[in-house]
Order: sequence, then C-alpha cells, then structure tokens
Amino acid sequence: MLADAVTDVLVIGGGPAATWAALEAAAASRRVTLVDKGYVGTSGAAAPTGVGTWFAPTSAERRVAAERRAARSFGLADAEWTFRTLEESAAGLDQLAGWQYPFPHDDRGRLYTPNLRTADYMHFMRKRVRAAGVHVYDHHPALNLIVADGVVCGASGIARESAAPWSIRAAAVVVATGGCVFGERVQGAAGLTGDGYLMAAEAGATLSSMEFIGQYGIVPFKTASNKGLIYTWATFMREDGSTIEDRGEDRQLLVARALADGPVYARFDNVSPELQRQLRDGQPNILLPFDRAGIDPFVQRFPVMLRCEGTVRGVGGIRLSDESCATDVPGLFAAGDAASREKMTGAISGGGGPNSAWSIATGRWAGRSAAAFAARVGSRHETRRGAAIGSARLQPAAIDVVKAEILPLDRNFFRTRRSLERSLAQLDAAWTGLRSTSIVPGIAALHAREAAAMTATARWSYSAALARNESRGIHRRLDAPATDPAQAHPITVSGIDTIRVGSDTTTVRKALAS
Amino acid sequence: MIEIVSETRCISCNICVRVCPADVFEAIAGAAPVIARQDACQTCFLCELYCPTDALYVDPNGDGPVAAREAEIEAAGLFGSYARAMGWKRGQPGGADLDPTFHIRRAMGQL
Repeated sequence: MLADAVTDVLVIGGGPAATWAALEAAAASRRVTLVDKGYVGTSGAAAPTGVGTWFAPTSAERRVAAERRAARSFGLADAEWTFRTLEESAAGLDQLAGWQYPFPHDDRGRLYTPNLRTADYMHFMRKRVRAAGVHVYDHHPALNLIVADGVVCGASGIARESAAPWSIRAAAVVVATGGCVFGERVQGAAGLTGDGYLMAAEAGATLSSMEFIGQYGIVPFKTASNKGLIYTWATFMREDGSTIEDRGEDRQLLVARALADGPVYARFDNVSPELQRQLRDGQPNILLPFDRAGIDPFVQRFPVMLRCEGTVRGVGGIRLSDESCATDVPGLFAAGDAASREKMTGAISGGGGPNSAWSIATGRWAGRSAAAFAARVGSRHETRRGAAIGSARLQPAAIDVVKAEILPLDRNFFRTRRSLERSLAQLDAAWTGLRSTSIVPGIAALHAREAAAMTATARWSYSAALARNESRGIHRRLDAPATDPAQAHPITVSGIDTIRVGSDTTTVRKALAS
Repeated sequence: MIEIVSETRCISCNICVRVCPADVFEAIAGAAPVIARQDACQTCFLCELYCPTDALYVDPNGDGPVAAREAEIEAAGLFGSYARAMGWKRGQPGGADLDPTFHIRRAMGQL
C-alpha cells in the first residue's frame, strides 16, 4: 500500500499537533499523508487525559497572560512567541467550535472552549483529518527519514501487522511524534520513545533545552494516572499520619523531598460535595483508579509516587528556528512535544494547559509552513533519489539502562555533577556496547530503533545537564543550587555518536511591544 | 494494565486490536482477541471506551499484571464503568457537551 508512495506533506505522529498539522496542510490544498506508530485517536500523551487548554478570551488578556508566564520562565521564554502561541491556539479552538465539536455550555449558557475531553477531541480530530482527504496510516511507525542533498524528502518504516517495509517520498515532512518518557509507566508512554528526536538529529537537526526533563507527576501508587489537577486539594502525609508542611514550593518538590525519607500518602481534603460531584462527572479518569481499588480519596489516605514525565511535561525537543516551525534541516518541520518548548515555558513545565495550546499552535504553524515549502518544491521531489538515513539500533537491554539512569529521583529530579557524569558513562557504554550487531528483521527493527531513540535522548539530556552548571527551573543541581544570570540562555545539543553541546546565544528574547 | 477480554461479552469485532496504540491485542479468527503483549499496555483505559460491548477490563496498576478475575469484575459492575462515567455508548463518544469541568477550573481561579 505504502510500498513506494508519493505525497506533498508527510506528517509523522498521531496526536493533537500531528492532526492539526495535517489539517492545515490539507487546507492549503496539498496532498497529505499521516503515518503514526499507534492509532490516530488514542495515540500520544493527550488522548487518555483531558486537558484545560491555556486560554484567555481577548488579545489584550493574552498579552497579559504571556507576560506573566514569561516572567516566571527563569529567563528562557519569549513573551512575544508565547503571545502568538495563545493567539493561534485560540483560533484553533474557535475552529473546533465552528466544526461543531461538542463543547459544553457554561452556567451562563455560553460555549466553553478551553476544556477538551481529549478522548473525544482526538476521536473528533481523526474524523476531521479523514474528511479532509488526508491519507491516514495507523500502526505504521516511521523508522528513518529520507534525505537527498541535505533536504528531507520522505520517510521509511514498517507496518506493524505485516512487518512489511514502507517508504514514502514527500516534499516536506512534519515530525510530531511526541516527547520521550524514557520507559516510564505513564499514560501515552507506548508512543513516547523519542523516535522523532533521533530521526531529526540523524538528519542534522539541533535539539534544545534537553536538560529540562526533571519533571515528575504525582500518581496514586503504581498507577499510570498522572492527572495533576486534583492535587490542588491534596494534603500530603507521612506513614505516621503527620502532615507534610506545604512551604509554598511546587507539589512535586514537596513530595520528592518527603519520598527520600519514606512512603508518602495523600488525601483530597476540603473538596465540597458539589466539587466532588463535578470532578466525578467532568474528570472520571481521575477517580477511576480509586473506584477500582475501593478507596474513597476524599476520606481515606492513599500512597502516592512520582513518575517521570520526561520531555512530555518537561521542556526539550527539536529546536525551532522560528514560528514557521522549521528546524535546522530544510524540508523538516517539528510540532508539539517533539519541538522544544522553552520559548513558551522557559525552564519549567508547561503542564497540561500551555502544552495543549502549544500543540495546537505549533501543529497549525508546521502544517502551513510544510505546505508552503511543498508548494515551492513543486513536483521536483517526486523524481528525487533520496536515501534513508540513520543506522542507530540498540538491543532492548539498553532500555533497562535508560530507566535505571533517568527515572530515579536521586539521578534526574535531584542532580549533581558526579551523578550526572556517572549516569552518562553508563548510557554511553550502553550506546556503544549494546548495538544491534545485525540488521534486525520485522517488528524487532522498531524496538531496536526505539531503544536507540530513548538512549540517545537520555544522553542528550544529561550532556546538556552537565553543561548547565547551575540550578534553573526543573533542572535542580544540588551541588550548584543558585541560578546564574550568565546562563540565562538555551543549551543546544546535536550529533549522534559524538554529542556536540552549544549555547543558543543567538536567541534574542524580545519584550512585548506595548 | 489490560487484564480481561471477556469471552462472554466480546463479539470479536476486533476494534480493540485496531485502536490500541500499544498493539497489545491480537486478533484470533472466529474468536475473541487475546492479550498478546500485556507488558506493552500503557493503562490508558481508552480500549474500554472504544469497546462496543464493554468486554474489556483495565486494572489501574500500571506496573504489572494483577490477575483480575472476570467473575469478580462482573459482580462489582466494573465492565464498562469508565465508558458510562464518560457518557460513551457502544464504543461511540458522548457526554463531552455535558462536561462540568468549567466549574472546577473556575474554583481553581482559572477563567
């Protein structure tokens, strides 16, 4: 089916950013093909969760929100870029309303667009994408980009069910493959192995802010449900029942510190019966784990743990050159969690809300830019003889090394130069010592590429973390606790076997024109 | 993780095989799909929503299998409980238009 296909714009990925990109490229009258490792509708970090998209109703309020957000970004965000993200995302939500997405009405009878039930949203986006004439290939993981004369012009991969190889030539490619959670057991993790980072870096793309992966979500013990919202109302306590005092730090830090001394429990206190009912009706997946375990979390305490959210709720990814969502490689565009988000979130997590806005905005920008690029290329790409690039494949055992070096709180959440160096040595050893020695056939090829992508992402992250000799946002260096004003710029990484670390001092942070 | 495909409830439509982003299920000709790659499950509960006959049960434990027993899940009324809470019916979306989350966001001082 996809043995040797041709399209104008190829979108790799199946979450919000990918579907928005596909819709915008199709709206620009380009032929669009979307390939996803999973299933468009359930793929990605967003689909299982439910998000309140960061939103402000008017442009004036968006400017204020962008300035406020940039002010607490630890010096890395760009208020102008953030403002335009909010503008573009609001336009996307308006479009969803125009398409009759079933938004609720608030108690004043007005359509309420900032909240998206993501299972419904992604089901809806799948229908829109197909109605727009986009060719959708589920369970068709991309493994390699195709490059000709330094220009990205397609991708190749395998079909899961048949294990048959596929390749497709395209005038432009959008990577919207999501982030990387390093094998952590969180919802969405199946797709989030950093595949897009690896493919982009192999083509020569630069990544940025990869050190900011020290983001963890609180989950009921052993569950994968990293729904943060409800912990607004949580009281945290120790085994002996004593309350862990909230000293105004973020909740994850509070819990991370306490977990070093023993088990931590939570209970949702002070939630009125009315709010409990609204949570039950509006966010059933928050209460699902409790209902199935026979716990009333408003009355009974329950044990909690922290799960790593990597670049999904962290920051890093493929560096964007500007709001066209172009990367450093011609023909290659990036969107959503696959793209570095520091221009909006700075050195802290974007959480669900800003990240949802980011996925809509960058998806739309990338789709439009890729369509424009494809229009300029015309039909020339159809006869281009490109070659699939990228040969990094690791044995599945490498994933165990990645999990051991990235997931523990005392390696990634709290860092020291020594621990980072030790972890990086382990990861480098896995990179060279666990290479797949032969060409792996069938579906094992996917697993070998996933292992390579996760290990590469871990190496980039700790290489960047070692270069940032300070603490800033979710990069917490116990041996360098202060924030150094001289390091208020993004750190970039590139390269596969040899990693080059640089500073993005060319980034000029613009103040908003008032 | 995915624990149960109920053979008494399943109609072998294989929708779960198609929609699972982690490729956990495997279709079997003339029979219910089997859980072929349980360890790949990401505990997202989405297969339960898409199942038209409430034949699937996902346990909240994301770390490993818990050997849930069908008779107990049936007795506890847990087959399809997530879909009912969401308002999805027979594998199709529903209920988003009734989402009261705006109350929660206002209670948090957002919008």
